Amino acid sequence: MNAEAKTIEERQAALKGLGTSRKRVEDARFTQGKGNYVDDIKMPDMLFGDFVRSQHPHAYVKSIDTSAALEVPGVIAVLTAKDLEPLGLHWMPTLAGDKQMVLADGKVLFQGQEVAFVIAEDRYIAADAVDLVKVEYEPLQPLVDPFKAELPDAPILREDIADAKEGAHGARRHPNHIFTWEQGDKDATESILSSAPVVAEEMVYYHRTHPCPLETCGAVASMDKVNGKLTLWGTFQAPHVVRTVASLLSGIAEHNIRVVSPDIGGGFGNKVGVYPGYVCAIVASIVTGKPVKWVEDRMENLSSTAFARDYWMQGKIAATPEGKILGLWCHTTADHGAFDACADPTKYPAGFMNICTGSYDIPTAYLAVDGIYTNKAPGGVAYRCSFRVTEAAYFIERMVEVLAIKLNMDAAELRRINFIKKEQFPYQSALGWEYDSGDYHTAWDKALAAVNYKGLREEQAKQVQAFKAGETRTLMGIGLCHFTEIVGAGPVKNCDLLGMGMFDSCEIRIHPTGSAIARLGTISQGQGHATTFAQILASEIGISADDITIEEGDTDTAPYGLGTYGSRSTPVAGAATAMAGRKIRAKAQMIAAYLLEVHDNDVEWEVDRFVVKGAPERFKTMKEVAFASYTQAIPGVEPGLEAVSYYDPPNMTYPFGAYICVMDINVDTGETDIRQFYALDDCGTRINPMIIEGQVHGGLTEALAIALGQEIAYDELGNIKTGSLMDFFIPTSWETPDYVTDFTETPSPHHPIGAKGVGESPNVGGVPAFSNAINDAFKAFGLTHTHMPHDHWRVWKTANDLGMHA
Amino acid sequence: MIPGRFDYHQPESLAAAVTLLSELGDDARVIAGGHSLIPMMKLRLAMPEHLIDLKAIGDLKHITVADGVVSIGAMTTQAELIGSAALADAAPIVKETALQIADPQIRYQGTIGGNVANGDPGNDMPALMQCLDASFTLSGPNGQREVRAREFYEAAYFTTRDDLEILTRVTFAAHGGGYAYEKQKRKIGDYATAAAAVLLSKGADGACSSASIAMTNLADTPIYCEEASSAMIGAGIDATSIETAVKSCLECIEPVDDNRGPAEFKKHAAGMVLKRAIDSAWSRA
Repeated sequence: MNAEAKTIEERQAALKGLGTSRKRVEDARFTQGKGNYVDDIKMPDMLFGDFVRSQHPHAYVKSIDTSAALEVPGVIAVLTAKDLEPLGLHWMPTLAGDKQMVLADGKVLFQGQEVAFVIAEDRYIAADAVDLVKVEYEPLQPLVDPFKAELPDAPILREDIADAKEGAHGARRHPNHIFTWEQGDKDATESILSSAPVVAEEMVYYHRTHPCPLETCGAVASMDKVNGKLTLWGTFQAPHVVRTVASLLSGIAEHNIRVVSPDIGGGFGNKVGVYPGYVCAIVASIVTGKPVKWVEDRMENLSSTAFARDYWMQGKIAATPEGKILGLWCHTTADHGAFDACADPTKYPAGFMNICTGSYDIPTAYLAVDGIYTNKAPGGVAYRCSFRVTEAAYFIERMVEVLAIKLNMDAAELRRINFIKKEQFPYQSALGWEYDSGDYHTAWDKALAAVNYKGLREEQAKQVQAFKAGETRTLMGIGLCHFTEIVGAGPVKNCDLLGMGMFDSCEIRIHPTGSAIARLGTISQGQGHATTFAQILASEIGISADDITIEEGDTDTAPYGLGTYGSRSTPVAGAATAMAGRKIRAKAQMIAAYLLEVHDNDVEWEVDRFVVKGAPERFKTMKEVAFASYTQAIPGVEPGLEAVSYYDPPNMTYPFGAYICVMDINVDTGETDIRQFYALDDCGTRINPMIIEGQVHGGLTEALAIALGQEIAYDELGNIKTGSLMDFFIPTSWETPDYVTDFTETPSPHHPIGAKGVGESPNVGGVPAFSNAINDAFKAFGLTHTHMPHDHWRVWKTANDLGMHA
Repeated sequence: MIPGRFDYHQPESLAAAVTLLSELGDDARVIAGGHSLIPMMKLRLAMPEHLIDLKAIGDLKHITVADGVVSIGAMTTQAELIGSAALADAAPIVKETALQIADPQIRYQGTIGGNVANGDPGNDMPALMQCLDASFTLSGPNGQREVRAREFYEAAYFTTRDDLEILTRVTFAAHGGGYAYEKQKRKIGDYATAAAAVLLSKGADGACSSASIAMTNLADTPIYCEEASSAMIGAGIDATSIETAVKSCLECIEPVDDNRGPAEFKKHAAGMVLKRAIDSAWSRA
């Protein structure tokens, strides 16, 4: 069939644009083992670096003897802080305005900290030599509990800044105190708490965990001494930021640094920061003149590169006896580990924790966050969530449940009467955000109906009776969650990383024969950008997604962008893509009009072509226009068909969702069985429903892991207890339940195509849903709240504490 | 996660392997599937200078059932145990147990010999072998000997096997009656929080005619519960007798606190798992 014979619908379908469940173009290479990850990079004469790490959580480093290591054949050098100091690289800045030791400078502050960097001809020699580096330590008292950080006998961790009264985020009241961040109206909130008829209180702990991507972090640095150019391949979620930081740190001019993110095997926030391994690989390459690879192993990944969460959230929520919420108060003790290396926009030391009023119309609120140093690994990244949004969502969704218990009210109904109403959007929250759009009541009612909520509650009541009658040892929990996210950071006026505004970008070139390449400032780590960004563009410019190449991750070719994390790719780079596409279309319209010999305004866009108004048989396809742009002299129009757009979003986007988890719980063994999980997501305009479903499945499974067992735990001496996959819980298909996904579609009013982002919603909403199910099951037996992770023994302990084993 | 340096040997006969092990002595370790040894080597908790791989020794890979006796070569993988129709017929509890070890990938590699010989309290086969009253055949410089599984384990990673001996075979009588291996674990691939192997036979009078119970990962060795087993014989199996048996078994175990939970919880879980196993075995008896 020729193009002319096709109907509009057929032409639309052929584009594979917005709303199409187009198969992922990346999968052909990933499923055949043909991906190209950083550890696949092999270069002639490439050396390998490996770290000597501290076994002590807190100690002075008295001496480092590298002589035995240097005698191993094949060992090139061993770097210590002394070697980096003349270059000013023994410390490096963190994204949170603090600094972090690259190699131990006189002391170590967490178990697993980098002490020395062995450079050898291969990784096996390096590992042997690591064993031979002798480090003499003088152990110091470790600080593990953040609530003991400011006691009189607490050890001082950061002696380098012990006397600094001011930090990057204001006053510090103690050497182990990093910052206090306050939002909202303290006096008004406390006044409401003191006068409200009902106040519920709870300490909600979101434990320390880790993103644990399948591929660990790594880099290959290659300094070409002939042309002075440094090339750095690595697991970077923000390659352009890495380039700028590398330039500022090393003094190498930015045009002489090329940063490449090859295929990345999952990031989930773990690959946003800059790590000592990157710095050491660069220095080692400069020193040796050879390419140097550093790739961490799984235990190094879990114990030293960025962790997530570790927020102790003390909450108070005030309401009328009828359940109308009057005020919310939260004080968070944030355990940031040894260095403040949280990956948040600069002005937000606790990320967007002030989204903690959630989906509810809470007139008055106050949030304070105290950042604290402890002898634990640094990090505090957004593990499959926007900055601290999962902590915020967990906090409010637990507090609403706690309030429902206090009010003796159904928790679904309590949510319903407090939701922000559809007509209230754009909604100004008490803690400073402007929610763009939402229709929470519709989503909630749809979710409750889908699971037959009333029927579930009746069944649960019967189960409780059966349990009390001794007929069963299984409880049933119904976990509710209605979450609101804040993603798409962000407007340059208030969002930056190390000063770089958090815009993003897209550059499009249409080739003469009507296919195209688009390059973006983001980088996929499994999200499927090569598939979905082509779909956005296909709908904008009328070229099939199959004819559009998407390229990201090479700073020499891609336009500057701030990378991929915090569900920002679609809200920001996706918007840039649509805007650049519109520039293409605007120029193409002039060309089409010229070719059709009519005025510019006499043609109109129709799917993949410009049509003369009132004469549908007269048209020029985008493909024809593209060809003409390269082959014809068109008066007043430059040759070629290219566009670039840098998009500074006017606001964040606010995806939301309604999740319901039904769980059966054996009170004697602590085993849990997820009977049903329903997930309704509203991410605005849906680009690729199949990818959305995959994203939701993946995020829910990570949420399940976190809620039911995944943790980075330290003993009281500061030893990491869960440093391998033996103990760090990664669910397999066996532990993963079936998920039912659903949606409503409330477009973002300010985004060019109305999209909001979805990759992180399931983690944000999933964790409270799973945890609420556990808590809900024990509610009838007197439980108000029990902390995650809900692994077998902790569930058993909850039952035991409630006297259920007597 | 890079092991220290070692030399790799692949002898083609048992005699050659025994000789090699005698020559190399303490510096050598025999490797079967490697699922315990290699992780220890990667952590450099084990640093043998020589690895003697048994995989080229054909005699060590077999499953035979003759005259009611099952004989399994040490290098037989868990997957082969699961796939053997003869074994499923003669001793179905072996398949039930093997299916609860780790995941399919590991079961293609992991062997019965490695599982029982290493003395890792987390392994599932040692308790099963005690439940079955199996014997292990050990070959060393002084020839061959048989050791009962119930007398093999001394402490975690310590057994009566001499360092110069190689475990080559396990043998046990085909079991009739009811059987069950029940295991509570945190996730696929994990060692047991608590596990129990139970064999029960029902006599013509409906009473229990034989009983054998052993437990996994609840002490530094597998635990064969002799007292509980013999106490069950001759009586019917009901809630009271199960309660008595469980109580007796729990007195034999000494779980320790770890990331799976404190000892108090493990004792409770062990009781539950054991009850489940007895119920299941009796229902099949």
